[in-house]
Amino acid sequence: MELLERFAAGDLDAFETLFREHQREVYAWAVRIVRDHGIAEDLTVETFWRIYRFRSRFDPAGNFRAWARRIATNAAFDHLRHARRETELPEDLPSAAAADPAVLLETRARIRQAFFQLPAKYQLVAKLALIEEEPYDKIAEAVGISPALVKVRVFRAVRILRKKLHSLNAEAVAK
Amino acid sequence: MTNKEDDKEIKAHLKSAFPPVQNTELRRDLWPQMLRKLDEQPAPVDHVPWFDWALAAILSALLIIFPGAIPALLYHL
Repeated sequence: MELLERFAAGDLDAFETLFREHQREVYAWAVRIVRDHGIAEDLTVETFWRIYRFRSRFDPAGNFRAWARRIATNAAFDHLRHARRETELPEDLPSAAAADPAVLLETRARIRQAFFQLPAKYQLVAKLALIEEEPYDKIAEAVGISPALVKVRVFRAVRILRKKLHSLNAEAVAK
Repeated sequence: MTNKEDDKEIKAHLKSAFPPVQNTELRRDLWPQMLRKLDEQPAPVDHVPWFDWALAAILSALLIIFPGAIPALLYHL
């Protein structure tokens, strides 16, 4: 019996093999969305727990990698919906803020503030499309929507950000 | 400034406020953590308990006998 068939039948050894093969990829995808190593590790485990739980729904002839990425995206989306705001970037992630002038720092702070006010579904696609520059079809497959809808969500996210930034800038000028 | 230029500027600001994650390497094997989670929260058996079927049957029977209750039920859902 093939590995995926054994996994779908509930074989724990097959699940372990799949876990070890795909944990790095699932983690790398999750950390791009949540931008925190600890949370991404937890989400990786949560993703594989859901994968194991719903193994009977997996078609062994299907694409395990794509299925796992979609479940990881859902898990990360659930996290974004419930997190009050994203955690700050850990020290080992790149941050170009150190030597920048005060105005630029303030602009970045406003961008972050405006970004965290976006609905989670817009944050998700905006991060993947605009920051991580993932192709729309890959995002669409992971989120479970069409590439056209990804494009629409990115467009709306940018439009909302623009409005929020203008109002934040106006507030700053008024102070 | 046109909207297009504005959008480009927003994208540039966004990328500077959230630099792309470069270190995406997993630092440790997560299998032990996975095993702990499986022990703590064993995956539920993927079938519907008999009493759920019984409840569904009773509800269906009631709705067939009293179809006037359907709008009230829908209202309360």
